[in-house]
Amino acid sequence: MSASVLFDIPGPKARMRYRLYAAIGIAVLVAGIGFVVYRFAASGQFDAAKWEWLQYKNVQTTLLDALWNTVRAFLVGAVLAMVFGAIFAAGQLSDHKVVRVPAMAVVELFRAVPLVVLIFIFHYGIGLGAPFYSVVAGLTLYNGSVLAEVFRAGVLSLPRGQSEAAYAVGMRKTQVMTLVLLPQAVRAMMPAIISQLVVLLKDSALGFLITYEELLYQARYLGGIFEFGRPLVPITIVVAAIYIAMCLLLTWFANYLEKRNRRSKKVLELEAKPAEDVVAAAV
Amino acid sequence: MDVLLDNLDLYGPGFLNTIELFLIAAAGSLVLGTILAMLRVSPVPIFRAAGTLYVTILRNTPLTLVFFFFAFAFPLLKIVDAADFGGSAAAYYFTFALVSLTLYTSAFVCEVVRSGINTVPVGQAEASRALGLTFGQMLGSIVLPQATRAVVPPMMSTMIALLKNTTIAAGFSVFQSGSISLNLSERGENQLIGLLWVALFFIILVIPMTLLQRSLEKRWSIAR
Repeated sequence: MSASVLFDIPGPKARMRYRLYAAIGIAVLVAGIGFVVYRFAASGQFDAAKWEWLQYKNVQTTLLDALWNTVRAFLVGAVLAMVFGAIFAAGQLSDHKVVRVPAMAVVELFRAVPLVVLIFIFHYGIGLGAPFYSVVAGLTLYNGSVLAEVFRAGVLSLPRGQSEAAYAVGMRKTQVMTLVLLPQAVRAMMPAIISQLVVLLKDSALGFLITYEELLYQARYLGGIFEFGRPLVPITIVVAAIYIAMCLLLTWFANYLEKRNRRSKKVLELEAKPAEDVVAAAV
Repeated sequence: MDVLLDNLDLYGPGFLNTIELFLIAAAGSLVLGTILAMLRVSPVPIFRAAGTLYVTILRNTPLTLVFFFFAFAFPLLKIVDAADFGGSAAAYYFTFALVSLTLYTSAFVCEVVRSGINTVPVGQAEASRALGLTFGQMLGSIVLPQATRAVVPPMMSTMIALLKNTTIAAGFSVFQSGSISLNLSERGENQLIGLLWVALFFIILVIPMTLLQRSLEKRWSIAR
């Protein structure tokens, strides 16, 4: 903690003060958690009856099915979004204005429209049929556009010497892009790409709004069952834990890749990481 | 065009509610996010741990789930009485849409502010102390001006995302631009055209913000 801009290394007096703050902080935290636990207990959320349903076999299969639906939307959406992103990143980097301008327009367009509205357009406006298709279409177009920006920023952040050298060896434009620039860009942008995939995973929960039978949808259904004592609070906790676990797993994977990248010599040290800004704000 | 003009009584309040949600949640999350960032860089370990815990939980939870919690589960805890809102369900849901948006976005605001502070090299603070500046002078004339450059562009992206996220409230009984189309279908209007107007509304709002953000980013990145 010595390397903070705002705070000096504490002397004896400051250390005493910090200890006092820590005591106050712990007191406030304990009071807050205590209040929450008290409210949970007082409203009967800790009653065994509210949690018993978790043991039922068909509840577990329902939840697993729902989890699979979430993961399925995520996987299909992620693959399609990567493809979409790669195509439109290439389009944005094209030398031909006829290709570049429409590609940029499409990317800007889908980044500006809220994902909910996109999904509604596909589901209610166009009527793609099963909610799954609308969810995947929305996830693909929105996250694909963001990924296109990430890929583009990755290619642009490579040193010019890379493409110049490739041209000098006699490669064609397509070869330079696919053999030299893209592999390096994807490697450098891996953490950013995975952060965007975390966003995609979280956004798959929007399927709830159009009755796609994913985790939240089933949570609403199970939470309303009278025989289980309407366990809305317990099921929210369970679903939140599942989501947090999945996202942390992905994040951990991103960190792992970044660490491995830093060790390997194949990745160029980039001066600036423009894509970090694209993704830092990935909400 | 007809769909928009014939249903201005839906579109007007819908767009206004979206902007209201956005402005209040933006103010709230900026304040809460900055407080969280201060917790996360504070020299007291327990504050850091609390801040980190909050950010980790909220950042890895879908916003839809946060809404879900406040719309369905939270009332069961009976912490707040619905009667406090004059018994009006709309006011209740609007308030909790605001709370959900604020809590969720503040986690991202916190990360932006924290990484902004971290971009200022420690040497800057050391040098200003060596010059004899007080803590306030150091913060006001050395650290914050430099941190702002790193904070403002990503913060604008976060705010753009917040603006778009307000539409999620459509699934939770809050009337705003996201729910216009659901009401349109009751009137037998063409939903596709109705939704395209909503999309256009967001494009008009978001694209200028994006352009401004990019120009700021470009102008300020040179100085480093």
